[in-house]
Amino acid sequence: MVSKFRVPARWREMDQLQREMNRLFEGSSVKHTSGSHKYPAINLWANEEGQIIKAEMPGIKADDININVTSDTLTISGSRTHDKAVENTRYHRQERGYGSFTRTLQLPFMIDTGSVEATFKNGVLDIRLQRAESDKPKKIAVKSE
Amino acid sequence: MAKKENKSLEIPKQEVIKVDEMERTRSRHCYIPKTDIYETEDEIILVADVPGADQDSVDIALEKNILSINAFVETDVPASYDRIYSEYEGGDYQRSFRLSDEINQNNIKAVVSNGELRLHLPKAEPAKAKKIKVKAA
Repeated sequence: MVSKFRVPARWREMDQLQREMNRLFEGSSVKHTSGSHKYPAINLWANEEGQIIKAEMPGIKADDININVTSDTLTISGSRTHDKAVENTRYHRQERGYGSFTRTLQLPFMIDTGSVEATFKNGVLDIRLQRAESDKPKKIAVKSE
Repeated sequence: MAKKENKSLEIPKQEVIKVDEMERTRSRHCYIPKTDIYETEDEIILVADVPGADQDSVDIALEKNILSINAFVETDVPASYDRIYSEYEGGDYQRSFRLSDEINQNNIKAVVSNGELRLHLPKAEPAKAKKIKVKAA
């Protein structure tokens, strides 16, 4: 039997725990948004020097992918085409999507548009962006008098 | 309008829940590769999306009539970078299909390119449709 007087103390513990949990989740800046069905799905990594964008785009040829950058946006576009229809083809199952796509991303900082590198390997696009020199955080020395 | 066109491209990855009552020993995400299967006159063609996998990491086994596809994908996490936004997780792929007897099981061809696995399953001779000529009497 739980005594009436002990309950508030436990609640305080619970509150404390909840605050800690909240802080933990707020602190991690990784946002998981598996609910957004944009194509291609992307992952984004960043540090002070630049950022890496990865996207899974299976079955697309590197030549069919277009990447456009401005100083703070990046646009990936392209299309995935159907297999050439052979005569008397009968589909048993069709789960893969086809069509053209365009996706524009707002970048978290200004980038050096001249040094963007993109590679496409095994259906995974890897874009490396360098942060613009003018946009990098500057350290300000504090003088003592 | 363009949005409507590529709606079918936007289906998110689907995770394997249980395959043949067997549980996995790798502590990784495992997904069901989206697959197209179609049939032409001579063969059945199976195309599966396995982004991140190459010819060495795809494992295809055929036992009795069960064709199993396994792809082990090593996801490389960029060092010294923090992940700040994520819409997908990397992981393995696993899926099995039961083949009909009409497949010539010795002549199966598999190609992986651009994260796409393409299997050519040739039909066995008797299964091919025979055209019967009608002679005029």
